[in-house]
Amino acid sequence: MEEAVVQTTHVHAPPEGFIRKHVFSLDHKVIGKQYFGLALVAVFMGMALSWLMRFHLVWPNTKVPGLDLLSSTGAPGGVITPEYYLSLMTMHGTLMVFFVLTNAPFAGFGNYFLPIQIGAEDMAFPRFNMMSFWVTFVAFLVLILAFFIPDGPPISGWTAYAPLSAVGKDAGPGLAWGQSLWAISIAIFCVGQLLGSLNFIATTLDLRTKGMTFMRMPICTWAWFITSAIGLLAFAVLLPACLLLLLDRMAGTSFFIPSGLVISDRLQNHAGGSPLLWQHLFWFFGHPEVYIAILPAVGIVSHVLITNMRKPMLSAKVIIYSMMSIGFLSWMVWGHHMFVSGMNPSSSLLFSFPTLTITIPATIITLIWLGSLYGANIQLNSATLFALGFVSMFVSGGVSGFFLAQPSIDIYLHATYFVVGHFHMVMGVAAIFGILSGTYFWFPKMSGRMMNETLGKLHFWITFVGTYCIFMPFHYLGLAGNVRRYSSFVNDFMAPLMPVHKFISIAAFITGAAQFIFLFNLIHSRFRGKQAPENPWNATSLEWSIPSPPPWDNFGGKHPVIYHDPYQYGVKGSKGDFVMQDSPEQV
Amino acid sequence: MGKLFAAILTLVALASAYPIVTHMYVQPVDISTHGHAIDEQLSDTMAEAGFAFLGAQLLLALFVWRFSNRKNGSNVKHLPGGAKLMVATAFILVGTEVLALGVLGQKAWADVYFTAPKQDALQIQSQAGQFAFYFRYPGADGKFAALHPDKIDEGNGNYFGLDLANDVEARDDIVTAELAIPVNREIQLLMHAKDVNHSFYVRELRIQQDFVPGLDLSVHFTATKTGKYEIVCTQLCGLGHYNMKAYLNVLSQEDFDKWLREKASEQ
Repeated sequence: MEEAVVQTTHVHAPPEGFIRKHVFSLDHKVIGKQYFGLALVAVFMGMALSWLMRFHLVWPNTKVPGLDLLSSTGAPGGVITPEYYLSLMTMHGTLMVFFVLTNAPFAGFGNYFLPIQIGAEDMAFPRFNMMSFWVTFVAFLVLILAFFIPDGPPISGWTAYAPLSAVGKDAGPGLAWGQSLWAISIAIFCVGQLLGSLNFIATTLDLRTKGMTFMRMPICTWAWFITSAIGLLAFAVLLPACLLLLLDRMAGTSFFIPSGLVISDRLQNHAGGSPLLWQHLFWFFGHPEVYIAILPAVGIVSHVLITNMRKPMLSAKVIIYSMMSIGFLSWMVWGHHMFVSGMNPSSSLLFSFPTLTITIPATIITLIWLGSLYGANIQLNSATLFALGFVSMFVSGGVSGFFLAQPSIDIYLHATYFVVGHFHMVMGVAAIFGILSGTYFWFPKMSGRMMNETLGKLHFWITFVGTYCIFMPFHYLGLAGNVRRYSSFVNDFMAPLMPVHKFISIAAFITGAAQFIFLFNLIHSRFRGKQAPENPWNATSLEWSIPSPPPWDNFGGKHPVIYHDPYQYGVKGSKGDFVMQDSPEQV
Repeated sequence: MGKLFAAILTLVALASAYPIVTHMYVQPVDISTHGHAIDEQLSDTMAEAGFAFLGAQLLLALFVWRFSNRKNGSNVKHLPGGAKLMVATAFILVGTEVLALGVLGQKAWADVYFTAPKQDALQIQSQAGQFAFYFRYPGADGKFAALHPDKIDEGNGNYFGLDLANDVEARDDIVTAELAIPVNREIQLLMHAKDVNHSFYVRELRIQQDFVPGLDLSVHFTATKTGKYEIVCTQLCGLGHYNMKAYLNVLSQEDFDKWLREKASEQ
């Protein structure tokens, strides 16, 4: 385990021409930026969809100017129909979970920085790497196509429960070609992720430079490594699940459809399938997916915090082992999504214990962060603020998981806004905070220019307070029994909760608008930002030992030699209070 | 900046806890015999989660307040006890919570799922379909007639697919759009899905259970307060999902008998 692996040569030729440099590039850095760019497009689309949903929930009969141009049937005259609300919701969830939360923290930053942080010139399989991005891009296009077909996007949610998702057009609008496009898109996405995960694993195992033992890898490298192992197993199950769904839809099979179903007055010609099979397969992927989104963020945030605390974590090893435990336990908890699904009630208890147990490694990580902040010399830049915001969100989203892990409480809270509040905080917002922290931290390296700190901080304050204003009240609504996935709460016991919904919607519009400050900062700084030095944060890991932006072969043909772990802060080095990993000086 | 972060975080944490502490948003009144166990479990969890939430947020605020942007040359310090202390704390605090909640929570779950309904529980069948619930009472013969999906004819009120022409047992079955039940009598609800997944959720009853096509599921409960309560579908079932609801009408035994007689005569 502690044996260093010397990098062998896996060098591709220097890229020539626009296409090879910027489009079909083999360079992991370009591919990382492509993933990041795709996630950026997807996140703004996903956010726009959430705005439309929040708008419809509180002003159901008010026109959204121009929306009828996107869908004349879904929003006739600009007024969103209940079924189009479900389409928006399905596409919001799918875009965010797959194309944002999987793409940005794992595939995006991982691609760019994993090879550099271990001292490699590129990924182990650069061609696979290029393919994994373009396959993902095709998956994105296929999904978006659903907006433009006459039937419209699917309405079965990002979980696509069968038989609603399996029986075709009889079950409602969007469930004909819209649902097929969804399943095809996700199947293609799985292929991209499998290729990417394999590449990450091979690169980490084989391409570490001299002296780069496992325990000298930065925590974020570890996070990407562990995540790739989870991804390899999770997407390998979702892929066949989607194929079976497509077969049910297109080839007349009945994997997920039992006999005797009467839909739209028609007795369905299926028999022998099980709706619960889909749920098991989906959540066998679905729960580990939460960790695919959050572990890279845990890694990024740890990396940013160590640099900006100017001291090491109390124990990096404990964080790494805790991440491994989370990864391991993530395979035993999927049934907690199915407590009231009709699954055997004894299984529910069996799934409840590992779910509660996973809180232990998560708490250890949180306590290590908190304990490490004690006595630190915290440099509060935008990256640090988002990292600290992440810690706060991780706690808030984590404690609500304690409720939902218990089957008895889940009887009451299942399918309410409490669940929506929980997963948005821990998987959505926390992971986004991790991505934003990473962006403010690594932007200088990726673009060669600094981001504007004033705008960054303004972005943070609005986003931090705003997300609490949006997602905390979700929990209160859930406690009051407010059911999720409803497009309207009129004439209903939920009507008295409307003022809370109005508050949430207004908070969502403001917080969403603040993201344009970030977008402006990103684009403006890319072209007009101050030139970034090689190591603006006085950090120790290898990406800060090379020019900003790095040359195509990362280390200019040299092979860095590693002398230290990346936690040499608060020491007396020749450059200041830190010693870089590739510096031979003794500390 | 550190002080600002600490102040805002403290404010956000306290504001988040305020509606919970002051009981602004609580579960609606419990009308079931088993619900108190769920509610107690929920409030115990709330106390423990609230403690963890406030503790962690305030500690984060305190450390950021104290240790941000210190003067150049300030030496960093390390927490006495280090990582071992953190690991031990996590294991002891959370480990105890996990065990306590896990073990205690079993009882509330078992009350609903591991106890068989009593022999004299009133059996009612519920069918969920896009986008309505229907209920069936066995009628005078005490038997539910067999269902034939091919005979479903909603236009003529044959929602369940009863073979009224040939099946004698079907003729006395009472089909309604409202779930009326007698108070303080155990009900066993037999759940049948006509088309896709649906769910049966009555907040006041503390019951939520999915309808799954192809699976015979049932739940049992006893309502302790008369009144009218909403039944809503909580499993996404299609375009009319938001509008799929029915009413639970908890009546005294006499009122229930009268109601059932009236419904029987309407069939």
